[in-house]
Amino acid sequence: MIGETIALTRREIKKWLKNPFLLFMMLVQPVIWMGLFGKALNLSSFVSVPPEFLSQLPSELQAQVPDLLDQMLRETFGGTTDYFTFMAAGMLSVVVLFTAMFSGMSVVWDRRFGFLNKLLVAPIARGSIVLAKVLSSVIRSMIQVLLIFGLAFAFGLQVGNAFGVLDFLGVLVAVFLLSLGLTSLFLAVTMRIKSHETVIAVANLLNLPLTFASNALFPVGQMPPWLQTVASLNPISYAADAVRSFILHSNAGLDMAKIAVDFQFLIGFALIFSLIGILVARTGLRKG
Amino acid sequence: MYVIKTDKLTKRFGSLVAVDHVSFTVEEGEIFGFLGPNGAGKTTTINMLTTLLNPTEGSATVGGLDVEKQDGKVRKIVGLVPQDITVDDDLTGMENMMLQSRLYHVPKDVARERIKEAMSLVGLTDAANRRVETYSGGMRKRLELAEGLIHYPKVLFLDEPTLGLDVQTRVVMWDYIKRLRDEHKITIFLTTHYMEEADVLCDRIAIIDHGKIVALDTPQNLKDSLGGDVIELEFDEATDSQIETLKTMPMVKDVKKIGEAYMIKVSKGEKALPEIMENLLKMKLRIGKVSLVKPSLDQVYLEYTGRSLRETRGETGEIWRRMRHMRRVRG
Ligand SMILES: Nc1ncnc2c1ncn2[C@@H]1O[C@H](COP(=O)(O)OP(=O)(O)O)[C@@H](O)[C@H]1O
Ligand SMILES: [Mg+2]
Repeated sequence: MIGETIALTRREIKKWLKNPFLLFMMLVQPVIWMGLFGKALNLSSFVSVPPEFLSQLPSELQAQVPDLLDQMLRETFGGTTDYFTFMAAGMLSVVVLFTAMFSGMSVVWDRRFGFLNKLLVAPIARGSIVLAKVLSSVIRSMIQVLLIFGLAFAFGLQVGNAFGVLDFLGVLVAVFLLSLGLTSLFLAVTMRIKSHETVIAVANLLNLPLTFASNALFPVGQMPPWLQTVASLNPISYAADAVRSFILHSNAGLDMAKIAVDFQFLIGFALIFSLIGILVARTGLRKG
Repeated sequence: MYVIKTDKLTKRFGSLVAVDHVSFTVEEGEIFGFLGPNGAGKTTTINMLTTLLNPTEGSATVGGLDVEKQDGKVRKIVGLVPQDITVDDDLTGMENMMLQSRLYHVPKDVARERIKEAMSLVGLTDAANRRVETYSGGMRKRLELAEGLIHYPKVLFLDEPTLGLDVQTRVVMWDYIKRLRDEHKITIFLTTHYMEEADVLCDRIAIIDHGKIVALDTPQNLKDSLGGDVIELEFDEATDSQIETLKTMPMVKDVKKIGEAYMIKVSKGEKALPEIMENLLKMKLRIGKVSLVKPSLDQVYLEYTGRSLRETRGETGEIWRRMRHMRRVRG
């Protein structure tokens, strides 16, 4: 079981590494998003008070206004006034979503190209087929997150002044849990699907709501209540929130209670869906 | 000693009976062929024997193991070279072979030896470290074959092993398959819709049509069973009574109309032909084409299925399959 899983995981990773173009595309997309969205929005210009207005205020208040606005922004954007930093942190979770979706889709290709039959006729545990898909997706996600993180840093990601190695590890753990759960979820969905068209339609259907009905790109506080409810059920919100907390770790310290909630949700999500995924995938692999 | 035994093996897909109560045995060390047109049920049979599909009805054993109840054990002793090419384009030939050896739990050092052996056997030693993407169709097919051998299977299933290969490569493959049997004593079950292939390679052939075995014997016996030669004649506007007269001639055994042509089965073709021609001229029938056909598998096939396999090859097979489907739908 272990030997097979490793062999199959290596196949997936090798295939991925041998397609530099694919790898490049997987990086280009988040970079474009970060560049276009992240840099286009200058938050402080939105909430500045016009000077003629400011001058009518009592002078002791005048001095407090910028601080007040700054505080307001930090409140809304989880501790930063830089939108690029806000959304780059969220982007890391979106990258995990894309990779998980891609892995889910690859099962359909394997089925279509007969590769799945080759595995099914071999004397290997059925679970190793699924496990290898999950593992390779997690590994790819982690590598991509590292690369995107590096790129975001180069583009001006403003990490908190107390950001350290432990925070970085925290980011990786959050991303790992999200990847585990999401890949299992997608595998469970795609395992029985036979056609490319269907799987692409399904992926598109899930992709947008999962990305936008979360706090990855926009703060939830601004959303209508129903959307807030959706976002509060979306694992991406929790991963993005945890990642953001770690990245913005400042001298003021981490809000451990909030991070604990994030991780509780993520661990639950990863556990439940990897179990469901493996069960569904195994029945999906049963012969007809 | 038989290695494969099926008993009324049946597979239904909805209302379609793809394999219909098929019973046969394959002896140890035999090359056994399933000959039939596209859609006859060959791949479905192989899929059941290699545990990819469960039978709807009936049963089968491979190496004495039930394909349904002992599928895990069956997988250890069978090798499958599937009809469609499934080697991974992104990997090199070597990497594909290594992966296969891991899937069959062949220890690494043993695997290296066997890969070397198998790759040279199929003539891919020089291309081993190239990406499969750069391989020709024939090379892929040969790599597929090499993969099927990595664990020294007791029974090797070859689903249309030479489909789409050019004539030279096909002959090389035949050679190779024979050597596998002769040198490694592997029992081989192959499917094909090429007459020559079945004729040259197989010890015994089952002709399968519409999911049923319509004939099963050695190629020679099948040919002998035709009981003589066939005169293929085209002439126009024969009445039923004229055909009856033809049938009563001493050397004529049977007259069948297939397409435009009349197939007249006779015991001694060379002698019968002039007499038949004479008779036809007396009846004032205008003769179009004449040919004398000595017994061949083509003839056997025609005899048992009422169609020429030539008509069903390649693209026409696809059309033919659709027509058959429509016929079935119409009732
Ligand atoms: N998974 C399937 N679902 C429905 N019909 C199938 C399936 N597989 C094969 N068939 C049908 O069963 C028949 C036999 O197919 P197959 O065994 O592939 O034939 P062959 O290999 O002799 O060309 C065909 O009519 C084919 O369309
Ligand atoms: Mg077939």
